[in-house]
Amino acid sequence: MRNVSVYYGGIRALDHLTLHINAGELVALIGSNGAGKSTTLKTISGVLRAKQGLVEYRGEDISHAATDHIVAVGVSHCPEGRHIFGGLTVRENLRLGAVARRDEQTLQRDLDWVLEMFPRLQERLNQLGGTLSGGEQQMLAIARALMSQPQLLLLDEPSLGLAPLIVERIFQVIRELKARGLTILLVEQTVHQALDVADRAYVLESGRIALEGTPDALKHNPQVEEKYLGQG
Amino acid sequence: MPLVYYALQQVINALSIGSLYALMAVGLAMVFGILRLINFAHGDMMMIAAYIAAFALGAKLPLPVAVVIMLGGTVAVGMLTERVAYRPLRGAPDVALLLSSFGVGQVLQNGTLLVTRLMQKPILIAFPAPEVLSGAVALGPLTVSRLNIVSLSAGVVLLVGLTLFVTRTTLGLSMRASAEDLVAARLVGIKINRVVTSAFQIAAALAAVAGLLFAVQAGQINPYMGFTPVLKAFIAAVIGGFGSIAGAVLGGFVLGALEVLLTALPGLGDLLPPGPVADFFKTFLPSSLTSYRDAFVFVALILMLLLRPNGILGKDERET
Amino acid sequence: MKINHSRLWSWLVAILILAVVLALLQASGQAFWQGIVINVGIFIILTVSLNLSNGFTGVFSLGQIGFMALGAYGSAILTLPLREKAEYLPRLPAWLAGVHFDFFVGPFPLGFMLATLIAALLVALVALLVGLVLMRLSGHFVAVATLGFLVIVRVILFNADDFTRGSRTFSNVTPYTDLWWVWVWAVLAIYVVWRIKFSSFGRTMFAQREDRAAAQAIGIATMPPRLLAFVVSAFFTAVAGSLYAHFITSFSPTVFYFDLTFRVVTMLVLGGMGSVSGSVIGVLLVMALAEILRRIEDVNQLYGLSGVVLAVIFILIIVFRREGLLGSREIPFDRLWQKGGANQSAVISEQ
Repeated sequence: MRNVSVYYGGIRALDHLTLHINAGELVALIGSNGAGKSTTLKTISGVLRAKQGLVEYRGEDISHAATDHIVAVGVSHCPEGRHIFGGLTVRENLRLGAVARRDEQTLQRDLDWVLEMFPRLQERLNQLGGTLSGGEQQMLAIARALMSQPQLLLLDEPSLGLAPLIVERIFQVIRELKARGLTILLVEQTVHQALDVADRAYVLESGRIALEGTPDALKHNPQVEEKYLGQG
Repeated sequence: MPLVYYALQQVINALSIGSLYALMAVGLAMVFGILRLINFAHGDMMMIAAYIAAFALGAKLPLPVAVVIMLGGTVAVGMLTERVAYRPLRGAPDVALLLSSFGVGQVLQNGTLLVTRLMQKPILIAFPAPEVLSGAVALGPLTVSRLNIVSLSAGVVLLVGLTLFVTRTTLGLSMRASAEDLVAARLVGIKINRVVTSAFQIAAALAAVAGLLFAVQAGQINPYMGFTPVLKAFIAAVIGGFGSIAGAVLGGFVLGALEVLLTALPGLGDLLPPGPVADFFKTFLPSSLTSYRDAFVFVALILMLLLRPNGILGKDERET
Repeated sequence: MKINHSRLWSWLVAILILAVVLALLQASGQAFWQGIVINVGIFIILTVSLNLSNGFTGVFSLGQIGFMALGAYGSAILTLPLREKAEYLPRLPAWLAGVHFDFFVGPFPLGFMLATLIAALLVALVALLVGLVLMRLSGHFVAVATLGFLVIVRVILFNADDFTRGSRTFSNVTPYTDLWWVWVWAVLAIYVVWRIKFSSFGRTMFAQREDRAAAQAIGIATMPPRLLAFVVSAFFTAVAGSLYAHFITSFSPTVFYFDLTFRVVTMLVLGGMGSVSGSVIGVLLVMALAEILRRIEDVNQLYGLSGVVLAVIFILIIVFRREGLLGSREIPFDRLWQKGGANQSAVISEQ
């Protein structure tokens, strides 16, 4: 992603933002509300359009590609607020997660895989998505995003509004996914945990990159400590 | 005893008219669910279908061929209107879409008028009803018109088929998902344009079937015949909670029942044996009320919009 | 003070020019053109008042033509002379059968004016009641509910035989409407709507049109401006109905239905939702186009052609230029006489 600017109406949400993610890396994106974290993810997945600049994925310019194409080439976006289909069953949700893929043969294998990762969903396969608890819905959202066999997973606030125990479980899953070689761009409010799992992190402020570095370096940066880590 | 037959007869009427409303309402609800467009040109799809069928049957084509031509033609018109008048308005305010559909309706009505002029045909055409759809059959003590039987069975078959489609196929699931959450649907990689096109195709096909049956029932067709049915279908969709397919089906049948009740009840006083009950009906529900039926139906619509905007199934109930 | 003076002068000059044009037209005796200009005036009243309810507040009502129908029938029943009334509407209740607003004071058909006013006030009352219920809805649901109102009015007109002759034509209406009556009302409607636009009420209308939630959040009550717009709009629409009834002199409920609604909506959207001068331009353009198309239609017997062309234009506007010709801006005709000519730009804000 290079030199990207995105506007909401007349308001510039991203200001010549440049960032890159290497294959297999887990990159965390941190920053306060309205810094442009979610906008960054939406621009990559094609929900929003960059007014200028370039979004490149494995050498392909996807700045103007349709979202379904972006999903098909291996970028999956698990949005903030989960956005599962509440009127559809868990099974149907997962089936739609795989709607953009081209190989149908491995579908069952992947379904088994995500259900193994989230056994709770296994139990609730035929339940409507809307009847799940918040944590289960988040798991479903991640599982659904994984069903498209992504190489790059965009995770937006996966821990938002969840109980600590479930947050722990979610981060455990993120580690597992990373161990399997998945590239992940993670947006998180709980900066500590994000920095614990990340290989590298960007700090966003008003649509620009304020800082970039390894988690260790950032953790000891006085600005980050003061602004995002608080006392902890 | 005759009163029981009368009641049964009315139930059959209600189911048959209800299935036509359901066919129309489902199409409206599918398109509304995804695009938030109240497609007022939906009634004109019916009208177009009736004209195509009338010309095809008038040219002495056999019924199945005429039906295929009708379906093909109506679906093509439906897709064309989506492409030209609604797709460029993606993301525009709801009212802009609504107005555009009014424009489409006017084009279709006046276009049909123009075409009939060019073909040197009169404005009002007597509909050449095919034989299967005319006459009546005796079912025990009841006489039921073939049209009612066909309407009801066509309605049931198509609605069951549609239910299977939206629950069993990926395209059908994509359609429901898009209606529920358009952004999430895009994010999982659903091709929205394809879903929208399919919704218009299905809506047009269902409207075409309803149009054929309405035309047979009315006996004649004119370019403006779609206006009242689309409003009725809208009411049915509102009753069912707009955007929900199951709700629209239910709404269609509820509206059918309501209409038949409004027609049948005021006439009841004349049928009952003389006595206080008959007098009650004659006084409070005189048969002259029947002609106000549509007014009552629309009052019901307004009340529905105000009191239960999410329909009788209600959103809150579905979300628990 | 000085500014207000020059504005007032602008209005007066405009009215004077209009009066001269009307007088010349009257003197020319060209019945065809007089008819056109009367129609233009009536449609200006309709479109400008539709703009008030739909354009200013964004509450898209499709039921206004129902108010027009009520105004037309109401005033026509009132002005019918006694003898004709007895013959024509024999089953009218006694209290109504006895009234006849067919008297003159000098050359002025005062009865007609009173009948118009009474009918319009009654319609405004109806609009108040309907509005109290319907203005609570928003977005396209208002459009559908008000369309439902239009259908209800039609059903009632068709069935209230004693008052309206039902589906039979209501004719024998005295042709009171002339150039002057129409244009006095048209100017009045334009003036009132223009003043509302630049009043504090007008500003709240526009504010809640842009964002109802935000307007409510900063403490703007959305109901009063919506209701005011709806009722005033219904009043003038009913006046237009009365003028129309006493112009065409025979009509049936079918006249006041969806085709007319669509015609007025087209004029409104073309001119720009929110622009009074835009509405006037919209009326002029659509009327001119419709007249030309009608001639082609008549000569070649191609009925439907004008409808298709106008509707295609309508769709093109919605797709490519949704704000219409002027959007919410105005042609600042009331400043053209101001010194300096600094106000060439079409700005709406007034100090």
